[in-house]
Amino acid sequence: MLFFSYFKELVGKEVTVELKNDLEIRGTLHSVDQYLNIKLENTRVVDQDKYPHMLSVRNCFIRGSVVRYVQLPPDGVDIDILHDATRREARGA
Amino acid sequence: MSSWAGPEDVFLSTSLASYLDKKLLVLLRDGRKLLGILRSFDQFANAVLEGACERVIVGDLYCDIPLGLYVIRGENVVLIGELDLEKEELPAHMISVSATEIRRAQKAERDATDLKGSMRKRMEFLDLD
Repeated sequence: MLFFSYFKELVGKEVTVELKNDLEIRGTLHSVDQYLNIKLENTRVVDQDKYPHMLSVRNCFIRGSVVRYVQLPPDGVDIDILHDATRREARGA
Repeated sequence: MSSWAGPEDVFLSTSLASYLDKKLLVLLRDGRKLLGILRSFDQFANAVLEGACERVIVGDLYCDIPLGLYVIRGENVVLIGELDLEKEELPAHMISVSATEIRRAQKAERDATDLKGSMRKRMEFLDLD
C-alpha cells in the first residue's frame, strides 16, 4: 500500500513511464490503483518517430505489470516523509 | 475494483470505464497493435474490442487487418491508448498497403534481422572489440 499512497501524492505531476518493452511515455499522472496501474493524460512518446502508431494517443492506461521505471520530478515528493513511512511499514510487517 | 465504481471512486480510479465505447489502441506484449471499440473490461484488464483490427507496421508501410470481435486476456496488455479523433493516427508519409504486401514486407524484415544475427555469430570468433 505504501507505493500506492506514494503515487497518489504524485497525481497531477509530470512523470515519464518507461515500460519493459522500452517504450517511454511522458504525461501527467491522472490516477493510480492498488495494482499500480497508471493512467496518464496529455501523453507524448519520448522517441515519437520510432512509434508512429502512438501519434494520436493523448491519454492512456498502462498496466502496472509492464512498468519498468516511473521517472519523477526531483522535487516531486518529500523524501523524509517517504523515508518515515517506509520505516513505519517495515516495523509493522 | 470488485464492484462498479461509486461516485467517490471516480476521481482516483484507474478504471477503464471512461474508455468504454471509445476507439482505442491496445498494445500487446508480443508487439502487436490492435485497434477497436472497447465494449467490456474487468479488474485484470481483460477487454472486449468490437470491430477490432490489427495494424501491422513495417517501416513506412502499414496495413489494417480486420479481426472482428476480440476478447483480450489482460496479462497480454501493455497499454490501452485513447485515440484523439481530431489528430492523424499515423504520420502522413506512411503508405497503406494490402495484407499480402505487408506480410511480404514483414518476412523481408525478419530475414534481414536473421541475417544480421547469423553474421554477427560468424564474426564472434574474431574476438574484435
